[in-house]
Amino acid sequence: MRIEARQQVEVWRIVLAPILAVLAALVLGAGLILWAGEAVFASYWALLKGALGSSFAINETLTRTTPLIFTGLAAAVAFRAKFYNIGAEGQLYCGALAATFFGTGLVGLPPFLMIPFLMLVGAIAGGAILIVPVLLKTHMKVDEVVTTLLLNFVILLLVGYLLEGPWKDPMSLGWPQAAPIVDEGIWPPLLAKGRLHLGFVFALIAAALAWALMRFTVWGYEIRAVGLNASAAGFAGIGVNATVIRTALISGGLAGLAGVSEVAGLKGYLTLDLSPGFGYAGIAVAMLAQLHPLGVILSAFFISAVYVGADAMSRTTDIPTYIADVLVGLSVLTILVSVMLTRYRIRWS
Amino acid sequence: MTVKTGDVTPLLSFRGVTKRFGPLTANDAISLDLKAGEVLALLGENGAGKTTLMNILFGHYMADEGAILIDGNPLPRGSTDAAIHAGIGMVHQHFTLAENLTVLENITLGTEPLFSWRRNIRAAREKISSMAVEFGLDADPDKLVGELSVGERQRVEILKALYRDARILILDEPTAVLTPQESDSLFQTLKKLTARGLAVIFISHKLNEILSHTDRVVVLRRGKVAGTVKTSDADRAGLARMMVGEEVKRPTAEAMEPGAPVVRLAAVSCKAGSEAQSLKSVSLEIRAHEIVGLAGVAGNGQRTLASLLSGLAVADSGDVEILGAPGTDDPTALVARGVARIPEDRHATGVVGEMPLWENIISEERRSAEIARAGIVIDKGRALERTRNLIKEFDIRCEGPEAETRLLSGGNMQKLILARVLSRGPRFILANQPVRGLDEGAIAYVQRRLLEARKEGAGILLISEDLDELFALSDRIAVMYHGHLSPARPASELTVGEVGLMMSGQGAEAA
Repeated sequence: MRIEARQQVEVWRIVLAPILAVLAALVLGAGLILWAGEAVFASYWALLKGALGSSFAINETLTRTTPLIFTGLAAAVAFRAKFYNIGAEGQLYCGALAATFFGTGLVGLPPFLMIPFLMLVGAIAGGAILIVPVLLKTHMKVDEVVTTLLLNFVILLLVGYLLEGPWKDPMSLGWPQAAPIVDEGIWPPLLAKGRLHLGFVFALIAAALAWALMRFTVWGYEIRAVGLNASAAGFAGIGVNATVIRTALISGGLAGLAGVSEVAGLKGYLTLDLSPGFGYAGIAVAMLAQLHPLGVILSAFFISAVYVGADAMSRTTDIPTYIADVLVGLSVLTILVSVMLTRYRIRWS
Repeated sequence: MTVKTGDVTPLLSFRGVTKRFGPLTANDAISLDLKAGEVLALLGENGAGKTTLMNILFGHYMADEGAILIDGNPLPRGSTDAAIHAGIGMVHQHFTLAENLTVLENITLGTEPLFSWRRNIRAAREKISSMAVEFGLDADPDKLVGELSVGERQRVEILKALYRDARILILDEPTAVLTPQESDSLFQTLKKLTARGLAVIFISHKLNEILSHTDRVVVLRRGKVAGTVKTSDADRAGLARMMVGEEVKRPTAEAMEPGAPVVRLAAVSCKAGSEAQSLKSVSLEIRAHEIVGLAGVAGNGQRTLASLLSGLAVADSGDVEILGAPGTDDPTALVARGVARIPEDRHATGVVGEMPLWENIISEERRSAEIARAGIVIDKGRALERTRNLIKEFDIRCEGPEAETRLLSGGNMQKLILARVLSRGPRFILANQPVRGLDEGAIAYVQRRLLEARKEGAGILLISEDLDELFALSDRIAVMYHGHLSPARPASELTVGEVGLMMSGQGAEAA
């Protein structure tokens, strides 16, 4: 068996790759469903119905899509520059911390100023926490995968301390949660029923802006060039370190917005279970989208549907909700394989 | 081993070997024989299929069709082990030695049984030293390979092959990294080896070497055998014609009065990775209408000098003046001043292969007022239009401005870089190995473009390892050795021999 590079990669292969990857993941997941002693099609049908089978289900799926778009974009932008930011989870909480700090009474502004203000401080906080890892990478070649990943735990512990201590809301009946965001900072719901909020629109706008940034601007050009061939980029006069730092700040900012969105859009206050791993799932979202900012919208929707649907499926079958994690994990593996197959062909000899 | 003579079974024969990579046929039904005791030259342009053929022989690739016979017995396909056992030794263009091991350890590496109580070092040492004496391959067995010169490393590679009882020695572009004197000693060694019945396959594109040091020449063109001739019956023009299909004339420089200086280096010193690459009080002046050739064996500081002149680094001490302003580590500023830079390695630093042609054309000017609207949004329409014009003007063979750059052949990729830098009418050109790895047609094209730029008033620093090229194009030649630069002297007053001596640090002016 040999692997050979394709001379040219056709567009239909690039589009088909994620679709086939998802199907392959579902086939592999079917094995586990059989193992759990359930009928495959009935189970997947339950999953599909749970995710998209009613307006309530769709509403819930879109609600969960929102933070995944932000964290997916965070990974997609950073990975383009080969800056492997694995810390979106921590950056999400940083954004949530900033929104809580400024949004629970410290600053009083009318809603049309308060909402953008909280987004701004959240994005700045998400980016700021990346400054140390990115400078360690650019100036001392410290692997950012390690530093950004480990920072997640540092930040989560900090959040835990704040929620159990100084920031604990006295009105929370003992629950570890912060004081609620003031009314002016709360993102309004999009529909009369359900939890879907303005954050979904913000997420779509963010995806469009990220796409335009990467595709049309000098910055996007520089980010792509640095990621594809840093030495050629440097030779052409692109500041490689400056570009990596800039990319990291954008990435952290996007992840920070995910945190603001969950605090100000969904929950209304900061808790320690604000994110069930949106930061990590964002990596899967970005991979499934092949780092394309508009593709992130679709893949975030898919992954959200798997999680929401798996919840429903576990209520009607004996399959635990962990199946969602397995399916998402499998689809990351299958997308890696199928992306490789768009670029290479396998020859059997 | 006995030397076979007459029309007995050839030592090695290729029978209809074909290898395809996708739509490309790298080797097309190649048949050739190699007899014991002969030096067979494998000549061909870049991409003619020489390296592919040798990789099939050595088991790195599997042929799609055809067979390889050793002493009339088929060689198992795709097995490097089998190739080594059959007596095939390969000296790659890029050496495959472990720098942190000694010469002895490198040579014996992989030949000893995995489980044995003690290594039989004494026998190995004796075998190596007797081979070294016999074939003029002297190398201190206890020295670390990392401390050896390039020429010495090559001797170690050859010893490594001989230690494994090679009967067929393949040398892939062996003289590319050697001084003329080192090359001569290599040819002495080859003569002694073939006298003992060894057969040598000598891959090269340097016609002079082939004509004076081989017995037979097989010319490959586009994956096919274009012809086989006895070296004694061959001549330069005939071989060149066979190689490219038609005769290609390299351009020659016309005499020209130099103008005002464009680059001035005065007592420039600059530390680099190794001592040999660090510049030591280098002085040089390059004037308009002038090509200064920089000779030297790779790794003697050319790269450091090139990075100073391409705006990637600044000197530690001394004065660097480029087009009237001091040296800088901002390539964009240097380009804006009117400097054209042709990098040493097109693939690694010249282009971003996965980007389309048009994005590589604008890489140095992406923030300029012409390309970036308000300095933010790239004007793709204008970039495409410029790229289309340049594709025509520089005859870049491609599918269009949106094609991926990595798909270009080496020559077309170099044309793309020329188009990027020469279209701005530069006043100083740094041409670092501008024709390395290109075929004859592309070489002639690049050289013609450089000479045109010189005519239009550019001053050019031409860094090359090919002395023929340097003598053909340069007005003056300077030699670099261990970070020292000899004064640039008119090419007409120098000989290849003198320059060769200076490249090995022996000439009076070297230090």
